Amino acid sequence: MQVPARFDYEVAASVEEAIRLLERHGPEARLLAGGHSLIPMMKLRLAFPETLIDIHELDGELRYIREEDGALEIGALARHQDVLDSEVVRERYPILWDAETMIADPLVRNMGTVGGSLAHGDPAEDLPAAFMALGCEVVARGPGGERTIPIDELQTGPFETVLDPAEIIVGARILRAPQGSAYTKVKRRTGDYASAAIGVALNISDGEIRDAGIGMCAVGGQTLRARGAEEILEGQRPNMELYKRAGERAAEESEPSEDARGPVEYKRDLVKVLVVRALEKAVERAGGGA
Amino acid sequence: METDSRHTMGDRMLRKEDGRFIRGKGNYVDDVRLPSMLHSAILRSPFAHARINNIDTSAALELEGVHAVITGEDLAAQGLAWMPTLAGDTQAVLATDKVRFQGQEVAFVVADDKYVAQDALELIDVDYEPLEVIVDSRKALEEGAPIIRDDKEGKEDNRIFSWDAGDKEATQRAFERAEVTVSQDMFYPRCHPAPMETCGAVADYDVSTGKMTLHMTSQAPHAHRTLFAMVSGLPEHQIRIISPDIGGGFGNKVPIYPGYVCAAVASLILGQPVKWMESRSDNLMSTSFARDYHMTGEIAATSDGEILGVRSTILADHGAFDAHAQPGEQYPTGFFPIFTSCYDVPAAYAAATGVYSNKAPGGIAYRCSFRVTEAIYLMERTMDVLADELEMDPVELRRKNFVKKEQMPYVSVMGWEYDGGDYDAGLDEALRIAGYEELLEEQKKAREEGRIMGIGFSTFTEIVGAGPGKKCHIAGIEMFDSAELRLHPTGKAILKLGVKSQGQGHETTFAQIVAGELGIPAENVEVREGDTDNTPFGLGTYASRSTPVCGAATAIVSRKVREKGKKIAAHMLEASAEDMEWTGERFQVKGSPDRGATMEEVSFAAYTNVPDGEEAGLEGVTYYDPPEMTYPFGAYICVVEIDRGTGQVEVKRFIAVDDCGVRINPMIVEGQMHGGLASGIGTALMEVIEFDEEGNHLNSSFMDYLMLTSMEAPSYELGEIVTPSTHHPLGARGVAESPTVGSPPAVVNAVVDALSPYGVRHLDMPLTPARVWAALRENGVDA
Repeated sequence: MQVPARFDYEVAASVEEAIRLLERHGPEARLLAGGHSLIPMMKLRLAFPETLIDIHELDGELRYIREEDGALEIGALARHQDVLDSEVVRERYPILWDAETMIADPLVRNMGTVGGSLAHGDPAEDLPAAFMALGCEVVARGPGGERTIPIDELQTGPFETVLDPAEIIVGARILRAPQGSAYTKVKRRTGDYASAAIGVALNISDGEIRDAGIGMCAVGGQTLRARGAEEILEGQRPNMELYKRAGERAAEESEPSEDARGPVEYKRDLVKVLVVRALEKAVERAGGGA
Repeated sequence: METDSRHTMGDRMLRKEDGRFIRGKGNYVDDVRLPSMLHSAILRSPFAHARINNIDTSAALELEGVHAVITGEDLAAQGLAWMPTLAGDTQAVLATDKVRFQGQEVAFVVADDKYVAQDALELIDVDYEPLEVIVDSRKALEEGAPIIRDDKEGKEDNRIFSWDAGDKEATQRAFERAEVTVSQDMFYPRCHPAPMETCGAVADYDVSTGKMTLHMTSQAPHAHRTLFAMVSGLPEHQIRIISPDIGGGFGNKVPIYPGYVCAAVASLILGQPVKWMESRSDNLMSTSFARDYHMTGEIAATSDGEILGVRSTILADHGAFDAHAQPGEQYPTGFFPIFTSCYDVPAAYAAATGVYSNKAPGGIAYRCSFRVTEAIYLMERTMDVLADELEMDPVELRRKNFVKKEQMPYVSVMGWEYDGGDYDAGLDEALRIAGYEELLEEQKKAREEGRIMGIGFSTFTEIVGAGPGKKCHIAGIEMFDSAELRLHPTGKAILKLGVKSQGQGHETTFAQIVAGELGIPAENVEVREGDTDNTPFGLGTYASRSTPVCGAATAIVSRKVREKGKKIAAHMLEASAEDMEWTGERFQVKGSPDRGATMEEVSFAAYTNVPDGEEAGLEGVTYYDPPEMTYPFGAYICVVEIDRGTGQVEVKRFIAVDDCGVRINPMIVEGQMHGGLASGIGTALMEVIEFDEEGNHLNSSFMDYLMLTSMEAPSYELGEIVTPSTHHPLGARGVAESPTVGSPPAVVNAVVDALSPYGVRHLDMPLTPARVWAALRENGVDA
C-alpha cells in the first residue's frame, strides 16, 4: 500500500476558521476538500503538505447550485455529481453537464468538488475549460475579505493560481446562460485525463454567432482560451467552413506537449476536430443551424 | 442442517465463495494481523542500470520505530543475496554489485508501521554510478552493448538463449515452392497481469519451534515451499505456506519475489512476524511482466490459400534476470510451438533468441499457458496478412486450412497431440451468432457513408493443462496435481487440493465434480486449498491447469471413494459387490431397484458398520499425471468502428465461441470468458508497459497503466460447442486463458480490416487513439 508522509490535520468549522487556519499554518498547509487529486499525490509522495485543513464540514456554507438574478452560482463544495444532477445545469448550461459526464468516474465525481478542480490549477482539469468558455467569475475569500477573479486570470501556470496562501475559493458565478454550449473530449479510457478537450459557449442573434467562448483543456501548461478562434466566429453565420476555420485557429493557439496520450501534432489535430464538433452541437442547442 | 439446494456437475450454481467476498469477509494476506507484527518497505533503484558504490543506512536506523535495515551485503553473509528463478537463472534478492532495472530491490526496512518504514526509505543514502542502459531488446546484442549480467562468470554478451524447433529444411522447401509467401513483423508489447491484490507476505518465524509460517500471495504454495526449503536451508517440514484468499493472480503470483525472501529473513533475524505488502507501483514496476516479443510471422501457401509452411522468428526480452515461467528448461519460449494452432500445416519452424535488458525480470504466463498468446497472435495476424495478399475472405482462408474433425486426435507437425475438437462447427456457430452476411452488408453501407468499420477474426487452439509430468516440470518437480477426499459419517465431504484459486471459483467447481461423481449435493462438499500443512502436494493454479489436472484428480479420487463405498453398500444390502451398480445417485442391487443405498447412508456405515476386512472411514487421495495436455478451441469475431477524427476505436461487438470440452459450471465458464475478453481487448487497445531511453518506467500506476473498464467493454456474445476431451476423465479442457489468447488478434484484425481500404496491412498493439490517428492521417484519411 502506498502511504503518505507525515502531516498535521485540522478541521475547519467555518470558512472564517479555514482562513485563520491557513494563516496560522502558512504556505505549506493545504485545504482538503474532495481529496481526489491531493491525496493520490500525497500517497505517491509527489505532494508533502505539512498540514491538511479539512473543510468537509463546510457543506452547509459552500455546497449549493442555484440561480440568483439570472446568474448561476456554484458553491466550492458542490460535488461533480451535484453538477451532473442539477436540472438548471442540464437545461441551461449543458456544457457543464457534458463535461461532468466525462470527468473521471462516479467514485471521483461523488467526492471531487468544483472548488477543488479550480484551485488545483491542473491544466488537464475539465471544469476550468468549461468555465472559461462560459466566462465565469471565481469568488475567493481571504484574510482581507472577498474578491472576484475572472476565470481567465485564475491560473498562472501548471498547478499555479493567483490565490494567496490564505485564500479559499468559495464559489463560481456565471452571469448569464449562453443560448448554446457544449463540451467535447477525447480520452484514452474512462477515468483517464483528457488527451484534449474543448468547451464552447455562444449566443445566436439574427442568425449570427455572438459572444463565442472557447476553453481548451489539456493542450497547454494551463487552461487556455482560443481568443483568435472566438474572433473568427463573432458575427458570422454558422456553417461548417466557419467551424473548420475556427478549429484551425484554435489548434494554432493551443500549446500541447507530447506525452503518453500522443504527439503534439495529434493533439493539435484533436483541437481542430473537437472545436468543430463542439460548435456543431452548441449551435444546434442554440436553435441555430449550420 | 440440510440445505434445500442440491447442485451437481453441469449446474449454473452460484459460487459458494461469493458469500464471503460480497460481504467483505474475504481473508487476504493484508488482512493477516499477528501479535507483535512488524511492517516493511523496500528501497528500490531509481536507475535502470548503475553500479552501487556504497549504501549508508545509519540515518534510517536512527529513525524511531525502525527495527532493521537489511541490505544485499547482509543477505550475502547468509548466502541469500541471490536466488534461483523459475528459468534456472539467478536473481538478486537485494542488489549488491549493481542495479539492473528501475525499481530493483536495494534495501529492506522493518519498522513499527508502514508509515515509518516508508519514511525510513528516504533516509537511506545510496551512492549510485549510472551505467549505459539497454531498453530496446533489438540493441541488446549489438557490438559494444553494456553487459548487464557481468555477475555471471564469463558472460560477455546479453544473450540468454538461442533456440529453435520444427523442421527448418522442410519449411524452407515449402517456402521455395510456394506460389505465395507473406511475411509480417510485429511486436507484442510488454504488459502486466496487474492483479487487483498486489503481492505480499507475512513471515512468522517461531523461535521456540523453529517453524516458519509464511502467509503468502502464492498461486503455487507447495512448489514455493519446496523452493524456499532448497534456497533457505530450512527443513521443508518446518516451513508452512498459507495462501489465503487471493485477489487475482493471472501468472503474477507464480514467481518468488525478493519481498517474500526479505520478509522471511527479517522474521528469522528479529523473531517477530514481518509483513511485506507491495504498493501498486511496486507491483507494476518490479514483478513479472508478460510478452515483450518482437516476432516475424511468415506463411507459404498455394494461390488458392492452402498453407504449405509457417515460419516464426522471435526476439524475446526477458528483462534483467531470466525469470521466465516455463514448464522445464526445454521450453525457453514456453508453448510457443503451438503456433500452427488449429490449422493443418505440413511444415513449420520457429527460431528464438532471448536477451537481457535493463527492465523488470520475467516474463511470465499472464493469463496464457506459457506464451500461447504470442503464438496465436503471430499466427492469426499473419493469416490475415495472407488473406489480404490473396484477396481472400479471412473466414474461408481459415476454414480451408482447419484441422478436420475426422483428423482427431490430430498430431501437429510440431508434435502436439490434440484431444479432439470440431473447428468447423465452432466457426459456424460464431458466424451464426454474428450474422456474418448481414455484418458484411452493414460494413459495405458504412463504407459508403464514410464510416470506418472493421470485422476481425481469430480462430485458435490453446494448449493448457500441463503436465504430463514427463514433459513438464518446475524446478524438477513434475507437473501432476492432487486431490484428497474424505466423507464424514453424515455424508458431508472435505476435498483438499494441490491447486490454489485466485478467484476462479474452485470451491464451487470442484465441489460440483465430487457431487457429480458421488450423488451428494455440491453444497455438502467443502473445498480446502492453499495450506501446505493441510493439503496434498500439488503444483498450483496457472496456465489453465486446475480443471484439466486437478479436476481430473478430483474425479478419480471420487471414483476411488465410490469403489470403497460400493463394498460397504454391498455389505449393507447383503449383496455381493459384483451385484452392485451405481445409478449416478446411489448404489443399488442389479435387478432390484428397491434395494439401494445413497452415499450419505454408505458414509454413515463406513464409520459404524464396515464389513470384515475393510478399514473404517471413507477417504482417498489421488495424484494425477495427465497423459497429454488439453487443447481448447475458440472462434472469435470482433466488430469495431473507428472515429476518423480522433482515432478512437470502439469495440461494437465481440462474439466468442469456445470449446473447452464439458462445462462443469457454465456460469463460471462465462464469467471467466468475460474477464479474459476484457483482459485481451485491453491488451489490444491500451495496456502497455513502456520505458524511456534512460530506462524509466512510464506506467507505474493505474493512471498510466490503463486497463479496460466496463465502459469500454461491449456486451459480450458468447457461444459454445462441446466436444469432450478424449483423455480427461470428465471430458473437460480448461478455459480461463482462451479469451486472453484469442481476443487480441481478433481486435487488431478488426482494426486493420477497417483501415484496409486505405492500404493498412498491420498495426502494432496497443491500438491507442494516437496510433490509429497516425495510421489514418498517414494514409490520407481526413477527419
